[in-house]
Amino acid sequence: MTMAGRQVGAVAAAATVAIAAFASPARSRAQAPPPATVVIEKARIHTGEGPMIPSGSIVWRGDKIAAVGAAADVKAPEGARRIDGSGLWITAGLFDAESRVGLVEVSLEESTVETGLDARYDAVRAAFAAVDGFNPASVVIPVTRMEGITTIALAPDRGLVAGRGAVLDLVGSGTDEMIVRTPTAVYLAWGDAGRSVAFGARGGLVLRVRELLDDVRQYARRRQDFERNQMRKVAASRLDLEALVPVVEGKLPLVVAVQSAADIRAVLRLVRDEGVKIILSGCAEGWMVAGDIAKAGVPVILHTMTNLPESFESLASRLENARLLHAAGVKVAISPRLTEPHNSRVLRFEAGNAAANGLPWEEALRAITRHPAEIFGVSDRMGTLSVGKTANVVVWSGDPFEPATRARHVFIRGQEIPMRSRQTELRDKYRELSGAATTPPRR
Amino acid sequence: MAVAVAVAAITVVGAGAGGCLHPQNPPSGPGTPPPLARPPEPAAAPVAIVHATIWTGAGKRHDDGTIVLRHGLIEAIGDRSVVVPSDATVIDAAGRWVTPGIIDTHSHLGVYPTPRMNAHDDGNEATAPNTAEVNAEHSFWPQDPGLVRAAAGGVTSMLILPGSANLIGGRGFVIKNRLARSASAMRFPGSRYMLKMACGENPKRVYGRDKKTAPATRMANVAGYRSAFAQARDYLRRWEQWEKKGRPKDDPPPARDLKLETLAEVLSGNIWVQNHCYRADEMLLMLDVADEFGFKIRSFHHALEAYKIRDVLAKRGVSASTWADWWGFKMEAFDGIPESLAMLHAAGARAVVHSDSEYGIQRLNQEAAKGLAAGRAMGLNVADDDALRWITANPAWTLGIDDRTGTLEAGMMADVVLWSRMPLSIYALADKVFVDGHVVFDRDKPMPRTDFEIGIPGAAADGAGAAR
Repeated sequence: MTMAGRQVGAVAAAATVAIAAFASPARSRAQAPPPATVVIEKARIHTGEGPMIPSGSIVWRGDKIAAVGAAADVKAPEGARRIDGSGLWITAGLFDAESRVGLVEVSLEESTVETGLDARYDAVRAAFAAVDGFNPASVVIPVTRMEGITTIALAPDRGLVAGRGAVLDLVGSGTDEMIVRTPTAVYLAWGDAGRSVAFGARGGLVLRVRELLDDVRQYARRRQDFERNQMRKVAASRLDLEALVPVVEGKLPLVVAVQSAADIRAVLRLVRDEGVKIILSGCAEGWMVAGDIAKAGVPVILHTMTNLPESFESLASRLENARLLHAAGVKVAISPRLTEPHNSRVLRFEAGNAAANGLPWEEALRAITRHPAEIFGVSDRMGTLSVGKTANVVVWSGDPFEPATRARHVFIRGQEIPMRSRQTELRDKYRELSGAATTPPRR
Repeated sequence: MAVAVAVAAITVVGAGAGGCLHPQNPPSGPGTPPPLARPPEPAAAPVAIVHATIWTGAGKRHDDGTIVLRHGLIEAIGDRSVVVPSDATVIDAAGRWVTPGIIDTHSHLGVYPTPRMNAHDDGNEATAPNTAEVNAEHSFWPQDPGLVRAAAGGVTSMLILPGSANLIGGRGFVIKNRLARSASAMRFPGSRYMLKMACGENPKRVYGRDKKTAPATRMANVAGYRSAFAQARDYLRRWEQWEKKGRPKDDPPPARDLKLETLAEVLSGNIWVQNHCYRADEMLLMLDVADEFGFKIRSFHHALEAYKIRDVLAKRGVSASTWADWWGFKMEAFDGIPESLAMLHAAGARAVVHSDSEYGIQRLNQEAAKGLAAGRAMGLNVADDDALRWITANPAWTLGIDDRTGTLEAGMMADVVLWSRMPLSIYALADKVFVDGHVVFDRDKPMPRTDFEIGIPGAAADGAGAAR
């Protein structure tokens, strides 16, 4: 199954493929050893579901969690690899709710950037699938997962409608193998970014999006007329209309990048009128309209460090945004800013700073584990540590939010990830300086 | 009385400014910092912080420590035996930590302020590759809200630099992070100007690729530095000859050239070079250029590959200002590693964590903590105190202000942070930040607002002013 072979817009088919790939990760590995069983004992476990287990054990067989609970209640299976978890903390694998890992090797080298299509040619590219440009051999992947990030929601960029996202586990040799679910959402730019590709006004943005969604509905009803050229001119190409059909049917969410309180309200109005499902991203001024967001039942993806009036759409940015949105009953996911993916490994510090600014600790952890899984429709498979879920497990030397803490072991789909990256290899090469590595000091 | 003492202190350090190239220049000439524009003001009331864990950054830690701030200076520091003066406001800091104010060697606050409007884009004079004549002090907007956020992160001094589009971007200036009405009123008294130079990709992209003019290559970058300093050397010689002749009345002095004047000040050692340079090979190249013309590079900035040449940097006494973990955003940033700070330190080089970011500057303590953790994980023996010095004493040295700030010792400036807990923790927040003994941030009070944020609903709402 190649990426190119996927039917554009065939949500059900793609989802089936993804599930099949997920359910049998070893299907094409004839010589693969039988699934390993691992147990970690006597660790402090934050499952993301119930209360913290002060001295707990967790067992997985192959890629599925088989048991988790108080150490006294969990028996180590025969022949299992046993890891002493004394003094260590365990969480579910971290999940970055908005990532471009695998889409960018070097941000300023255009030939290595696969985040989206040039908006100058066409602002609406709903059919664009970010995952088609994903590089499973990216040097950014090992750097990222060594910090406990096991799963990412890949987000496209550029234009008014940037394209479709996917969820991937950061393990496996090929993209197909890594995909957990695709597509997961269509990405829409609102606010300053959106208006610049919508005739330079926020009003143009509203018009364009309403027209687009209306045309998608027309198209869905009249595919045959469209094929026979018996429809009026529509606002997007065939593939883009097709990709948006599940959006107007309420089956696939729109991720809307938006910052100001006024724009958030405008987006919520649109949701109410159009009946689409959305996720808000950014939401710098979300705290000012937290009640409205909560009432609409809309989750948010926050960049919690944002506390400067960067533009006139975010004059009320503040560090307590996450705390206030959570307190109002909004489901909060946290992701670092997407300026470049290389340092998205700081995800745990992003959550830690939200905690330092008032978000309850467990909620901060959920914002980078459970909530992204729920938002992108994969919480049946991951996001918390419970029986039957994928063994995406991180063993920490202490509180994962503390800079002094290191990830000791990272397991993705039950497989232990080597703590090796291009960066560790550079470090080791320069651990000792030899004459070959340096120029002797002059003078 | 207190006023007199404080003013006297400032005057003394002000007079210590680097020597002047052109003695005939009026005091407001560009060769020497003009007198401070901050009017005399009442000195901060005396404060004593007691029962704190005081971390001096000078190799000492006082558990149950006391520090007394008076007349803008540290009057006394030590353990509980330090006598608390009867006129001091006492802050009980049991369970809390005190460190020197944090210093950032690389900031564009005020020259790339927020909001990021076109109207505020004042950091890069990208109209010619050598603009040694410009000065960030003349772009600096003292109403940048980022200054207050940096104060909330414990930053008490910083170097404000022009951007890196140009080979020679112009002068940078050091500020104390206490809001005032003008740039010169915020200038660190008596501090040197710095010269911003940039290597590598930025100048050749901005000129060669975007403007189809030199430099388009790294070799033209180096030719650009060398031509500039060759001219500056001639310029300096002309002035020296005229001086040697005893400044004859009938022989007019050479015509002033502001561009060459800045470079001549570099050659004379009055202005120090702060060099944006990512790659190890380019840093070595720049040391060659510096040797050829006889100037000193004080620090390489964004020095992601400094770990590869840490022995050279240690030997040459050049500090490395770098990030804890940024990398990959361009080719020259591809080899950055998080262990770099600790590796530099272990090799005896001066490591500095800088921000180059209005966000990074708010959490330099966390950046130091990350670098420390990476170093320990590779087995290097780095003390907490060493990591603290990456954001205090070492940047102070880099900016030539280490005799007055960057460590907590009696007689040093009262630039002090009171932290809610151990400052290398992610949960540590600055409770109170003092600059010259004045409180510039107080978590118990509403966040100070720059003029821009006045009258804007919801602006600067963090802190105790917010509805909890």
